[in-house]
Amino acid sequence: MKSTFLSRSELIGFAILALIIFIALPMALDSFRLNLFGKYLTYAFVAVGLVLCWGAGGILSLGQGVFFGLGGYCMAMFLKLEASTPENTSIQSTPGIPDFMDWNQLTELPIWWQPFHSLAFSLFAVVAVPVFFAFIIGVAMFKRRVGGVYFAIITQAFAAILTILIIGQQGYTGGVNGITDLRTLLGWDIRTDEAKEVLYFVNGALLFVVLFIAQFVRKSKLGRLLIAMRDQEDRVRFSGYDVAGFKIFIFCLGAAFAGIGGAMFTLQVGFMSPTLVGIVPSIEMVIFCAVGGRLSILGAVYGALLVNWAKTSFSESFPELWLLGLGGLFIAVVMLFPNGLAGIWSQHIEPRLKALFAPRGAPKSASQSTPAE
Amino acid sequence: MFADYSMSELGAIFAMQGFAGLILFSVFVLMALGLAIIFGQMGVINMAHGEFMILGAYVTYIMSNIFADYMPALFGMYFFVAMIFAFLASGALGLFVEWALIRHLYKRPLDTLLATWGLSLILQQIYRSVFGAREVGVSIPDWMMGSLPLTDMIEVPINGIFVMILAVTISFGVWIMMYRSKWGKQVRAINQNRVMADAVGINTAWTDRLTFGIGCGVAGVAGSAFTMIGSTGPTAGQLYIVDTFLVVVFGGAGSLLGTIASAFSISQAQSIMEFFLSGSMAKVLTLLTVVGILMIRPQGLFTLKLRK
Amino acid sequence: MNVPNERFILKVEGLTVSFDGFKAVDDLSFYVEPNECRVIIGPNGAGKTTVLDLICGRTRATSGSVTFKDKELLTMREDQIVHAGVGRKFQTPSVYEDLTVFENLELSYPKGHGVFGALAFRRDDKVRDRIQEIAETIFLEDLLEEKAAFLSHGQKQWLEIGMLLIQDPELLMLDEPVAGMSVAERKKTAELLKRIIEDRSVIVIEHDMGFVADIATRVTVLHQGKTLSEGSMERVQSDPKVIEVYLGH
Repeated sequence: MKSTFLSRSELIGFAILALIIFIALPMALDSFRLNLFGKYLTYAFVAVGLVLCWGAGGILSLGQGVFFGLGGYCMAMFLKLEASTPENTSIQSTPGIPDFMDWNQLTELPIWWQPFHSLAFSLFAVVAVPVFFAFIIGVAMFKRRVGGVYFAIITQAFAAILTILIIGQQGYTGGVNGITDLRTLLGWDIRTDEAKEVLYFVNGALLFVVLFIAQFVRKSKLGRLLIAMRDQEDRVRFSGYDVAGFKIFIFCLGAAFAGIGGAMFTLQVGFMSPTLVGIVPSIEMVIFCAVGGRLSILGAVYGALLVNWAKTSFSESFPELWLLGLGGLFIAVVMLFPNGLAGIWSQHIEPRLKALFAPRGAPKSASQSTPAE
Repeated sequence: MFADYSMSELGAIFAMQGFAGLILFSVFVLMALGLAIIFGQMGVINMAHGEFMILGAYVTYIMSNIFADYMPALFGMYFFVAMIFAFLASGALGLFVEWALIRHLYKRPLDTLLATWGLSLILQQIYRSVFGAREVGVSIPDWMMGSLPLTDMIEVPINGIFVMILAVTISFGVWIMMYRSKWGKQVRAINQNRVMADAVGINTAWTDRLTFGIGCGVAGVAGSAFTMIGSTGPTAGQLYIVDTFLVVVFGGAGSLLGTIASAFSISQAQSIMEFFLSGSMAKVLTLLTVVGILMIRPQGLFTLKLRK
Repeated sequence: MNVPNERFILKVEGLTVSFDGFKAVDDLSFYVEPNECRVIIGPNGAGKTTVLDLICGRTRATSGSVTFKDKELLTMREDQIVHAGVGRKFQTPSVYEDLTVFENLELSYPKGHGVFGALAFRRDDKVRDRIQEIAETIFLEDLLEEKAAFLSHGQKQWLEIGMLLIQDPELLMLDEPVAGMSVAERKKTAELLKRIIEDRSVIVIEHDMGFVADIATRVTVLHQGKTLSEGSMERVQSDPKVIEVYLGH
């Protein structure tokens, strides 16, 4: 009975990922590139959440950028207020408020910005605000049994709505440029190379916390229920479960992960803008998850790393090719590798490795078709 | 907010905004018709729908240049020829896409969504490579320029009227096809019971392909009509896709009348609010209202209650 | 018909559902006693499955009432109806194909049904023993670690019955439990069903008349959403109305 938290092969998988993130990448990359990979890893938070919602639960959200953005903006608001001291902003007509507010003729900090003077509140909001919105959307949709493509379209509409709102209300949100020129976190300059390195490791550690939570959920009965719901929703209902409650929970959890990712993005990259919120980034986050393998939480991390690395490399040398490549990737993953990298690994590579290292006449466990967890 | 205007001014404002809303309505209807066929009847999410429209727009652009260069005498007529070519081009691409992509994914609607998104990225890049990143506009024939004065305060642009007439004509054409032709009967039969339709001798695979092709063709015509009121760029299609899906879902998938009614209410709401609020807030409020109503009534405005 | 009485475990009264004007179930009333095995028969489209759907909350009724142990079921959610003690088996076997037989049964075990309950749920010996016991009842004790997708059609039907048994419902509703089974499986299933219906009330939809005669306490014949006849198997079989619409052809 495989109810242990980590099976042997999963343990190896976690260990390899830890080696890559905490040792191999920091040793191999200069500080600029490491910061870039740190940015990629913030998307992995979203992708892990999508594995739970979409891969396990069958709920495809095309609005994860909303939660990533909300988390990121909560962090950015705190940092912006810290950067907008009256001394720093003395040339403004109203010193002490963020520069974009001043440019938009605001003379006073809006009331809903006030709590973001507090770091504790901001960190709480990074998780709570995305979860709050996910909860409202989840209750409205899942209680009425909206799912599948309808859910996808409506979450996409939310991504559109939030983007338009942020761009339209530039006096309060920084508009299309977003919230930029972030400097210090409680006096600690986050723009230096050392700070970026520290943040990279904080980010990696948080990612592992999220991975462990995700692993715990998948291994719990709730994880099995999600798979059961994806395949036979009615049967689950008639086994006495309130299906909506489970969907709401997993959607909120995915939103919380995305919010943390967004906050780490803000800290490492130094700004937050609507280009990370809208329809396009939201659907790209789905492809990170799909490339890694929609059933595999570790795969999601590799998917986020690989696709973003490819994006950066291509956009540097052949910008025209990148859209073709990304488009082709969407089609290829769906048509040829529905279980992504993790599927290729568990179906083709792992059995061969096992055959190679196992003693002769080994049990036929290699024929298991389950993708790696 | 109304205090600054006199009654007659207010009336004129509402009439003008109402008319602007009617043009927006025509645009929504044209966009949504193809989608209503593909999504409403086949349940296929085609995220590249906007790019099929843009293809029609580019075909119209090409035709306008050909006519201007080689047949200037017939230039006043080019638009009608262009529309036919737009239908054929987008329709042919639709047939190909169904064959290459969609037919493998009928049982995986969410995957169809992702694959067609990939397709839309590829098409956008192709347009950018062929036609350039900048928006292109067509030369509008003389007879379509200018505007008709209705009263001394209300004027309506002729190209807007033309697009409205097109929207009505094409809606009527689609209605004839869906509810009066043999193809329409087959499509609806498949929608209701695929296995049975197969069993009674309907070639479901070919009907699916044709349906997808016709839906894409109608999108092409819509794109063609757009060139009369705006310019075309490689990413223009993506801007509309969410609105279009919301129109179809809000109307109730599978109901042509619902699609038209929802296009009407959404466009009117948006254009009237636009006058009093900023454009972006009008859009946000409209979308929020639509999404809010969909949360209360997820099946849309017009749907039948069916036995499971 | 009968006067409603405290001795009934399930009272269906004036139950009506219409789909766009078409009344699939029309002013239907019937009463089930504790430990009774009620079989519903009727031609295709008579509304048999719809009646079960209405009782378990899958379809919402237009009007009428369904009371189970003095609780009105029509206003309750599906999962609440299950917790009240009503279990439902579907016509086509619906099991979780990606999970093992053990996990299928475990998910139906009546514990940890809330979100946080499910997170905290642990497989203790009590759970294991109960699953073992049920697996033996449904002839699947050797296949506990097998994925449900690899079971035969008959074995899936048994598994679904097992998933109901582990909930220990007071009212069990079975929709064509022996349909699509081989002769050997059918015999085994009949045996299984006879054993499990002993200490609970059961509503069965079935076409196999031999099987019906074997298990039924009473039979209700549905026709066009209404009761055509009700009573013992012999009485129903000799009812001229029934012979005309159903058994006649």
